[in-house]
Amino acid sequence: MPSLCLDAPVTSRLDQSWQPRLEALLSAGMGAGADLVEVFVERNNQLSVLAEQERITSVSPVMGCGAGIRVFKGSCDGFAATNDLSASALMTALEQALSMLGLCRGARASAWQGLATFQDHGSGKEQWLKGCPAVPDSADRLREATTALDRHGRHLQARRASYARDWQEVLVAASDGTFARDLRLHQTTGLTLLAADGDHRASISRRDGRADDPGFLAAWPVEKEAISACQSAGKMLYADVVKAGDYPVVLANRFGGVIFHEACGHLLETTQVERGSTPFANKLGQAIAHPAVTAIDEGLSNNSFGSMTMDDEGMTPQQTVLIKDGVLQCFLSDRAGEMRTGHPRTGSGRRQNHGFAAASRMRNTFIAPGPHKPAELIGSINHGLYCKQMGGGSVGPTGQFNFAVEEAYWIENGCLREDKPVKGATLIGDAVTTLPRISMCADDSALAAGFCGSVSGSVYVTVGQPHIKVDRMTVGGR
Amino acid sequence: MTSPSSVALDSTALRQHMAEGASRMGIATWDLGITCGHDASVQVDRGEPKQLKARQSTTAMVRVWNGQGLVGITSTNDFSPTGLTAALEGARQASAFGDVQSPPRLSAQAQDPLTLLDQPQHPALPIHVLLEQLLDAERQVLNCHQAISTLPYNGLSQSRRERLYINSAGALRNQTTTSATLWLYPRAEEAGRKPRSAGAVRLAPGVDALDMEGCIDEATERTISHLDYAPIDTGIYTVCFGPEAFLDLLWAFGSMVNAQAVLDGVSLSQRSSLGTQVASPLLTVADDARHPRHVAAPEFDGEGTPTRRLPLIEEGHLRHFLHSEGTARTFADGSVATGHAAMGAKVTVGPQWLDVEGRRGDSSLSCQGSSGVVLIDSLSALHAGVKASQGSFSLPFDGWLLSGGERRSIEAATVAGDIRSTLQNIVACEGEPQCTPSGCSPHIWVEGLTITGEA
Repeated sequence: MPSLCLDAPVTSRLDQSWQPRLEALLSAGMGAGADLVEVFVERNNQLSVLAEQERITSVSPVMGCGAGIRVFKGSCDGFAATNDLSASALMTALEQALSMLGLCRGARASAWQGLATFQDHGSGKEQWLKGCPAVPDSADRLREATTALDRHGRHLQARRASYARDWQEVLVAASDGTFARDLRLHQTTGLTLLAADGDHRASISRRDGRADDPGFLAAWPVEKEAISACQSAGKMLYADVVKAGDYPVVLANRFGGVIFHEACGHLLETTQVERGSTPFANKLGQAIAHPAVTAIDEGLSNNSFGSMTMDDEGMTPQQTVLIKDGVLQCFLSDRAGEMRTGHPRTGSGRRQNHGFAAASRMRNTFIAPGPHKPAELIGSINHGLYCKQMGGGSVGPTGQFNFAVEEAYWIENGCLREDKPVKGATLIGDAVTTLPRISMCADDSALAAGFCGSVSGSVYVTVGQPHIKVDRMTVGGR
Repeated sequence: MTSPSSVALDSTALRQHMAEGASRMGIATWDLGITCGHDASVQVDRGEPKQLKARQSTTAMVRVWNGQGLVGITSTNDFSPTGLTAALEGARQASAFGDVQSPPRLSAQAQDPLTLLDQPQHPALPIHVLLEQLLDAERQVLNCHQAISTLPYNGLSQSRRERLYINSAGALRNQTTTSATLWLYPRAEEAGRKPRSAGAVRLAPGVDALDMEGCIDEATERTISHLDYAPIDTGIYTVCFGPEAFLDLLWAFGSMVNAQAVLDGVSLSQRSSLGTQVASPLLTVADDARHPRHVAAPEFDGEGTPTRRLPLIEEGHLRHFLHSEGTARTFADGSVATGHAAMGAKVTVGPQWLDVEGRRGDSSLSCQGSSGVVLIDSLSALHAGVKASQGSFSLPFDGWLLSGGERRSIEAATVAGDIRSTLQNIVACEGEPQCTPSGCSPHIWVEGLTITGEA
């Protein structure tokens, strides 16, 4: 069987050999009067494979390259992106970015000192791409997954399994001396099924993802995931639609953490502080959550989906304690955020690709474990909702959030009623009122991979938490 | 590493590179779709420029058919002969994994005569002009009400798109369009009250054609109208969807009229649904990519098939599905490709621009006089709150509770229902259709939807 060429058609490596070209750009930008100039260069090699029922219905390789050039002057920045990496095109892009700020190349001689020592974070990662599964192996794994769904599910009308691989080589250079290279590898798998019986329908999905691990797909626990998805579908197929109202809610661990991500995490990014659209802008050192809540964002955990060796501005990520015992400790900041708000950079400057300017974004974000057992949380509720699997969510410009619940059950008299599944629930609220209502955290923290879309595009993130109890939430339903 | 963008859409050179590369690899059938974009945008913050952006981007998608008739695909932004050859080779290798059961073919309509749209290209303005215009718009918004102190989400952008489609059978399609977008989302806050936000968007073929004043007025009026808010009791309400909200709902459930989704078993419709009543007799919906109000309307789809107006629902009855070449052939019922395909290893189909018409129905229902009903201006979080294959939705919204012609903003709430019953329970269509970036629609009144108010 053939295997897809794993070498991108763009043959030039992104390495130290770029130094003269980059220094010429940066020197020209500084000579024009910029406060700071940053160049982000990337090439990527992506592959996605889809299986439906027992067939492979899509194999899509994507190869590309490009550069984003950002110029800062005062509190404003100009950004130009191109996927033409010729020297002339890059200089044209720089001139575009300069002209946006009223600057002109060649205005004066540059006293700029040049790039600092090259930091090659990609060293030792060169074999990652070739270590990823070839298309035939990927296809086999996906067919194995859809077959497992068929074996374990009932009333299944559609079965899908997907795999995506995103390999990216980046080079970051800035007039503050930053000069660094990195290689990134992100892989995801997904299972989706639709069960239908008469008018009853249930669609269930599962997703997993891992960074920097070529063996991820081979280790994917297909059977376990398929059984879990089919069990959920079996329960949700005949579930009643949830009755709308206010309830105490227990959110399960792993992807339950999306609530903190949406409800609070976004409001702690300096992009929100800049806009004046976060209620927490002036709350550093103040209690914004229940004392039971400690929350962290970091980019360091091995192989977690939001981890990275350096951010998209060349900075090593940190572990950032956002909230400690309910008290706001820190914001997530990037280069522009530091300049505009004064909050120091946290290695959180991220972008989907060269077409976006970096912005402060979350990485692996989670609520720290507490002292309780999950059963204690459930046992404390007379009538409430247990949200086992969350769907997606979003936060609006005034901090209003919402989450779809994919799988939920009633809690009655302190007991989880798995015989009473409900569907169609949406959790709504706002961070200011909800964070103080997170009154209990269990001891079973777990993370889940996800995607976050925001001002600088879609980036890989991890959300996570232990089981948590929210004393009261509004549940949209019918 | 890559060829300059200026030669990207030289169709003669591209055809020659493709033909030569394909010949060397023994590939007889191929096609190529390219999009080349030049964008510029500005963003401001309280009287100062914040971020200015320019972007040049190119994307090419190469498809090849191997000796067994199976299709492989590769995307690249490297249009040099080397890059295209690599893409051909990638696609050739991918074709080994092509779908055996229903491989796509070249669209037979890709060489049909094309009726060109009247789309004058508007000039790109210097970025400092965009900046001045946006700063002026921001100033007007901030000056209109003391509660509005920031405009956190704002932007003015202009774009030029070139599209090209060529194939080994000799098809050649190309089109260049320009567009501009203005979006203004003020944030307003009064002492002791929650912050409120709403906004407006305008789309036009160029910045010089944008309705700036209309956008400013709409953004400020909407935002101010939400300052006086109150919670709403959870319950069952008659709901009036504004044009934007109703179109968003239809788009979210586009799989109902999507032939590929029908074949995949994930649509609420089946082949046998054609001709059945899926909505109130008051409702008529067409997809009309070529509508004169559709900015940057495409003349052809990803397979080179000409776009057209296609009736979807007529007086409540399902009339047509959206088809690609492959789905039309698989249906084998006389269907043809309808100009709604996107090129891919698996070709997908989707709406282009929805044109909703409605008969009046219950004339007692009116935004000016009804009481106890909810007027929904815009829906949020459709990606999370819509279960298209199940038919259910539960969505946050911005809207008002109407009382005898007066309206009061609803503090925070969701609307939930089932799309099938929602379409069947349409009881009135009010007013002239209003155009939005995604289509055109009157106000649509629906009985029996659940509104959940936040406590």
